[in-house]
Amino acid sequence: MTPDPPTGPPGTAPATRTLMFWCPDWPITAALREHALPAETALVLVDRGEVFACSPAARQDGVKRGLRIREAQARSTGLVSLPYDPALDERTFEPVTAAVEAILPGVQVVRPGLCAVRAQGPSRYYGGERNAADVVLQTLAAIGLTDVRVGIADGPFAAEQAARATDQLDDDEQLVVIPPGGSPWFLASYPLEVLGQPRLAVLLRRLGIRTLGDFAALRASDVRNRFGIEGAIAHRQARGLDHRSVVARTPPPHLDAVADFEPPLARIDQLAFALRTRAGEFVDALREAGLVCTVLHVSLHTESGETSERRWQHPRWFDADDVVDRVRWQLQGTNASDHGLTSGITRVHLVPDIVEDLGDHADGLWGTGPDEGIHHGLARVQSMLGHGAVLTAVIAGGRLLADRRVYIPWGDAPAGQQTAKVPVKDRNQPWPGRLPGPAPATVFADPVPAVVVDANGNPVDVDTRGLLSADPAFFSAGPDDGRRPVHSWAGPWPINERWWDPKGRVLNRFQLVDHSGSAWLLLLEDHAWWVEAGYD
Amino acid sequence: MTPPAAGPSLARDEPSPDSEDTFQPNPADRRGTSPADVALGLQARINSMQAGKLDSRRLPTVPALARILPGGGLQSGGSYSVRNSTFLAMALLAGPSATGAWCSVIGMPDFSVEAAQGFGINLERLILVPDPGPQWLTVTAALVDVVSIVLTRSPEHLAPTEWARLKARLRQRGAALITLGNWKQSDSTIGVAESAWEGLGSGTGHLRARSMKITATQPSGRLRHAYVGLADLQGTPAGAALRGTALPPHLQHGTPGTASGTLFEPRLMKSS
Repeated sequence: MTPDPPTGPPGTAPATRTLMFWCPDWPITAALREHALPAETALVLVDRGEVFACSPAARQDGVKRGLRIREAQARSTGLVSLPYDPALDERTFEPVTAAVEAILPGVQVVRPGLCAVRAQGPSRYYGGERNAADVVLQTLAAIGLTDVRVGIADGPFAAEQAARATDQLDDDEQLVVIPPGGSPWFLASYPLEVLGQPRLAVLLRRLGIRTLGDFAALRASDVRNRFGIEGAIAHRQARGLDHRSVVARTPPPHLDAVADFEPPLARIDQLAFALRTRAGEFVDALREAGLVCTVLHVSLHTESGETSERRWQHPRWFDADDVVDRVRWQLQGTNASDHGLTSGITRVHLVPDIVEDLGDHADGLWGTGPDEGIHHGLARVQSMLGHGAVLTAVIAGGRLLADRRVYIPWGDAPAGQQTAKVPVKDRNQPWPGRLPGPAPATVFADPVPAVVVDANGNPVDVDTRGLLSADPAFFSAGPDDGRRPVHSWAGPWPINERWWDPKGRVLNRFQLVDHSGSAWLLLLEDHAWWVEAGYD
Repeated sequence: MTPPAAGPSLARDEPSPDSEDTFQPNPADRRGTSPADVALGLQARINSMQAGKLDSRRLPTVPALARILPGGGLQSGGSYSVRNSTFLAMALLAGPSATGAWCSVIGMPDFSVEAAQGFGINLERLILVPDPGPQWLTVTAALVDVVSIVLTRSPEHLAPTEWARLKARLRQRGAALITLGNWKQSDSTIGVAESAWEGLGSGTGHLRARSMKITATQPSGRLRHAYVGLADLQGTPAGAALRGTALPPHLQHGTPGTASGTLFEPRLMKSS
């Protein structure tokens, strides 16, 4: 095949003249950019245990698509493997589309990495198809994409094949132009697999048809009779009469909001005050588009280049105050890992991660019932105390009582869903060593040290064989608790948690009832007694 | 080896010794004799007698407790203090929660949600604020606005004016406030006067059931008490109506519980 074919057979060109630009290995490019890896990394993206895409360095080592991950690691030492994330492709391709849309209107994203544009308008404006393609290449080079291929042909199918044909050129040519009407000639030598219909390809090969040219030579009516509508469409594509045209996308409205602060703000209240207007505009812009934001992504950038990112969920949808609250909480931090920022905030970026239709969330004429009131009240408490201070609880699996209770901040995803941060153990699994009988009413968040002695005043202990040194006679639950005589007791109930793990625990549990009729649950670990819970 | 089922404390006589703690017939007697104190005390007494007279609406209550609570159940707008038992507090929450009301627990990091679920409290409608810090009053007031029943540790200090405002809010919103711990400003004080666990021997068995004598103060200052088992408190308000104070079946024929049959006959007494 040569890039510049002689003039094709004259004829009508019913297919849309299409400029297709293609960024090879887009998932790899996206992953490299997202994780800030050097371009020569041997990287594979893994989807369901198999290699989905691999970088040029990995390909040189013999890795290819469809290998099992172990096999790929054997072929290429130092292989970096990441899970494949389709959403990441989409997200990182968006700036590329936007950059091209700035110079050529009407871009259709076929998939991330592959875009179609009607060639007619740009070629007239820029004075020729090659000039238009050069402008595209220069624009993409300006945003850091140098390895882009452009194909121009009749119809999207032929244009895509033309863009891919650049691989087979010797020099660094990035552009293949098939003259108008040349597509059937250009496609004729291609194998049948490029049609993307494996069953049809197998069938045709059995009939002795090996290339698109052979297929195109069949009569259209015969193909339609024998292979049905799908076959007829493939036949038209093979003849260069692509039925598809370029459907330009409507550029989505810019819903995210950025607030820049100069000089940087060092205090949370300053930031909250300065952000209030911007947050209001952000929510109003969403509302004008008929949308509400239910999941918000907040990223904070500081003067020294640190970034703090977090995804916030909302039980209903964000209004301006909620947005400001989330930014504030992100700065205050609910745990030590959250606040690592050392300098003033220069930029706040609000991205609506999930938007939903306003109509689905509209208030009823008389309000939406009591739960709306609940939410407003709790949001007020949250804005006073912080996001993690208002909780709901679920019961998880576990042997120790404190493990069985999992708190979820109000507004976060209920446990058990995929988006939940803390994986919740299943309480329906058998948990050998869990407590029989009624559950204690008080489970101490931090175990309270206790003292248990026998009738002679010696501490009670359990040896390695699980034997009790003496019957407990007196105990005190807590450091400032008086000495209580034991009325009845049971134990030791051994709990050997994760014996294979150095962090596992070996405990003995006791139930004790004192003479006033109150019951306690005590733990003996490493010769030390703790009150785990009280039945009060 | 079968231990005696009931603790020795059950042998104590009426009246319950806690009546002095929870009720002051005339607070002015105890305080200073200045006219302001007398007026304040009288006002407090008038308030306590007025509370929940005409406008009171009853929240669903576990029958075992409804019998001894003043007014025949939890009053919306009422305030109750549970002296010494989280189980009792959970039983008070369970009635409204079973009918779909939202409940809230403030300032109790040790509250066991597993036990709460055992009482029939709907965890999806249970809001926990374990650590309100110094903003206890604000948080409690904010939650009183939106939930039907609030359980909290009794505050260390609450000025009478603040309490009056919170009380007005409770009455306006129709919510009930339950405090755990001694709190003299509440309408009624409930507590476990005597208790015995069953099922535990010396080194054998495990805790199975509990029998309790529960007392509640009335607006008149008298004490009412009832003998209930833990399982009675865990019954739903509708389903357990017939069982009342009767012992649950598994206690009646269990070997460790034989002695308790005579001690805990279903009866309801009033003491003066």
